[in-house]
Amino acid sequence: MGYKTIVEDNIDILVAGAGLGGTGAAFEARYWGKNKKIVIAEKANIDRSGAVAQGLYAINCYMGTRFGENNPEDHVRYARIDLMGMVREDLAFDMARHVDSAVHQFEEWGLPIMRNEKTGAYLREGRWQIMIHGESYKPIVAEAAKKSADKVFNRICVTHLLMDEAKENRVAGAVGFNVRTGNYHVFKSKTVICGAGGASNIFKPRSVGEGAGRVWYAPWSSGSAYGLMIEAGAKMTQMENRIVLARFKDGYGPVGAYFLHLKTYTQNAYGEEYESKWFPALQEMVGKEYLDPEASHATHRPIPTCLRNHAIINEVNAGRGPIHMVTMEAFQDPHLEEIGWHNFLGMTVGQAVLWAATDVDPKYENPELTTSEPYVMGSHATGCGAWCSGPEDVSPAEYFWGYNRMTTVEGLFGAGDAVGGTPHAFSSGSFTEGRLAAKAACKYIDDGKAEGIRVTDAQIQRRKEEIYKPMETYTVGRNEIVAGTVNPNYINPRQGLDRLQKLMDEYCGGFGVNYMTNDKLLSIGLKKMAILGEDLEKVAASDIHELLRAWELKHRFLTSESVFHHTLFRKETRWPGYYYRGDAMKVDDANWHVLTVSRRDPKTGEYTMEKAPLYHLVGDIEDKDLAKLKAEGHH
Amino acid sequence: MPTFVYMTRCDGCGQCVDICPSDIMHIDKTLRRAYNIEPNMCWECYSCVKACPHHAIDVRGYADFAPLGHSVRVHRDEEKGTIAWRIKFRNGKKDMDLLAPITTVPWGTGFPNLAAEAAPSSEMTNSHLLFNEPKYIRMDEGGLHTLESNGLEMKEGVYY
Repeated sequence: MGYKTIVEDNIDILVAGAGLGGTGAAFEARYWGKNKKIVIAEKANIDRSGAVAQGLYAINCYMGTRFGENNPEDHVRYARIDLMGMVREDLAFDMARHVDSAVHQFEEWGLPIMRNEKTGAYLREGRWQIMIHGESYKPIVAEAAKKSADKVFNRICVTHLLMDEAKENRVAGAVGFNVRTGNYHVFKSKTVICGAGGASNIFKPRSVGEGAGRVWYAPWSSGSAYGLMIEAGAKMTQMENRIVLARFKDGYGPVGAYFLHLKTYTQNAYGEEYESKWFPALQEMVGKEYLDPEASHATHRPIPTCLRNHAIINEVNAGRGPIHMVTMEAFQDPHLEEIGWHNFLGMTVGQAVLWAATDVDPKYENPELTTSEPYVMGSHATGCGAWCSGPEDVSPAEYFWGYNRMTTVEGLFGAGDAVGGTPHAFSSGSFTEGRLAAKAACKYIDDGKAEGIRVTDAQIQRRKEEIYKPMETYTVGRNEIVAGTVNPNYINPRQGLDRLQKLMDEYCGGFGVNYMTNDKLLSIGLKKMAILGEDLEKVAASDIHELLRAWELKHRFLTSESVFHHTLFRKETRWPGYYYRGDAMKVDDANWHVLTVSRRDPKTGEYTMEKAPLYHLVGDIEDKDLAKLKAEGHH
Repeated sequence: MPTFVYMTRCDGCGQCVDICPSDIMHIDKTLRRAYNIEPNMCWECYSCVKACPHHAIDVRGYADFAPLGHSVRVHRDEEKGTIAWRIKFRNGKKDMDLLAPITTVPWGTGFPNLAAEAAPSSEMTNSHLLFNEPKYIRMDEGGLHTLESNGLEMKEGVYY
């Protein structure tokens, strides 16, 4: 292969993947590392990369302590109940106490945040959400990152992390290739902040054919956050905690603003309220601590997202689907109607396209909802990601090993989807995590922890051969057949992706099996995964674009394998509505009130699983509404 | 929705190629114009549609669920700081114009230059504060929340 090797040396902070987390990291790093060399490597163009590329119509994580609205611990309790207890509360508290300062800076940078004309405070969509005109959210934030970074390498697909050969388990940079020129890029760096994304498209999507790109999370979210870190031997947590979204059918348009701001609500096909009738049986499964409709009704305490999914899934299975969003009332108000449409145009244009194509006017017709295929990510109502250190003033000993947001690989930090146990960070929280990681990475370097890193040419050469192998496989194998894509020597990335999605769907609890799995299915699935892993050694790429897809697939594969191991390990149904373990259909707090932690041995590929203790914030200042209810004897 | 490119409007400038997050807008080597090489990896994010200086890129809803005959067009203007949309239904009964701001300041301004900011004190470095904090958290004189300030502790087990 005639591709050049381009080495960028002496980097202090390498940001691998610059969505909201990565841009936050690059921006903040300059303040703490005035003379440090800060470099961004991003597989797309940072002006429109990551999950926020399209824009957002709301910032879903804002405390509003400035307006006397919430304290950080209130948000922690919210995330805790929504995730059925499974949250790294130290990380969540830390994110929540800083997140407002990120949002206030966004406003200064020109992001239009709507105001409540009466109070002067930001216009609230819900308790945690504020409304924005965020079509240009990503380009604005990217501008701030560009101003801080020494260099931005767009269109570099980072495939692997480089490891130090002087000291075991220490990061030394990253490698990848340019998806335009094909050149091999080596980034030698003292620290790496992994800002890469979570995973769409690992479970078979409901859409078929051309519509396969119509996924809830961006199709370019290839699980690279996990693929990169797992491959380097970083411990992961809560990878079983995939998320299923209840969204407008086919377009997957967001429902948050509809529920919270437009006050729309759902009903079954026959116009009936359906949720409450599923709750008594569901309460038997999960316990009153996790589902208490009476308490939820009286307070801000949410009904966990997964449990609301459960009601939809069961109502549809009972033959009373589809579920409809009742928009016909709210949309009679022209102002609310306009907001309803703007909401889509700002973040999911495809939903507007779909309604225009199908003549669905929500003013005169209540649109259909559906539950999506599962996604693996760490910043929405789910907390997959790396097992990271918390801040020393909050974290208990088990959660703290020197540097905030550092993974179990020295010098490797995470932000956004990369960090596990921190759901409900969303865009602003991910940016905030990037900032926290950047400050910690600067300190790590200043403490002398990155001295004496050694990377041999052999490692660099070995990775180069590995990266281009799919092109070699194609070149060697293609002449054996006349034409077409059917070849006994290889599969192409699309064929590999189809196989992965089918496998995940059928064995790991996708929509096709109503999110159901069990120990037997998972064990069979893992066997098939091992064989798929062997076949992925023979994935073939006919050009550089396909090489990009090949590496995205490998990252998705590593993510999926981890999801399998975690799902098998946690022998309970912790999140009914996200997935079910048919062999253990209840929440089991006696055995599983823990976080799951895994490590894949980079040398052997073997997984080891462990339980980590859960710590909760307790204190005098309880959620006021809940405290009142407790006083009245509800708990 | 998969994007497509009108033959007569595209001049092959490559703005869409440069911006597409999914790397699916490529230049056809014979026609020297852009096209969508992989519609099933398109998220209908409209990044390319907005970036095209000739409005040569449009969207036709996914063939697996969207009927023909609709239109959602957009014009994004950084100088004016606005984005304008027009939505037309298949049956022609709805035709909406919607306008939204994309920035509140002249485009590209308003960003601090952190390299030029005064270096943080060692006290600041050793604290848990980030740039502009604590001021920017509450925009008043209040400090950073801690477990102590908020009367909290972390305890192992089930406490709720």
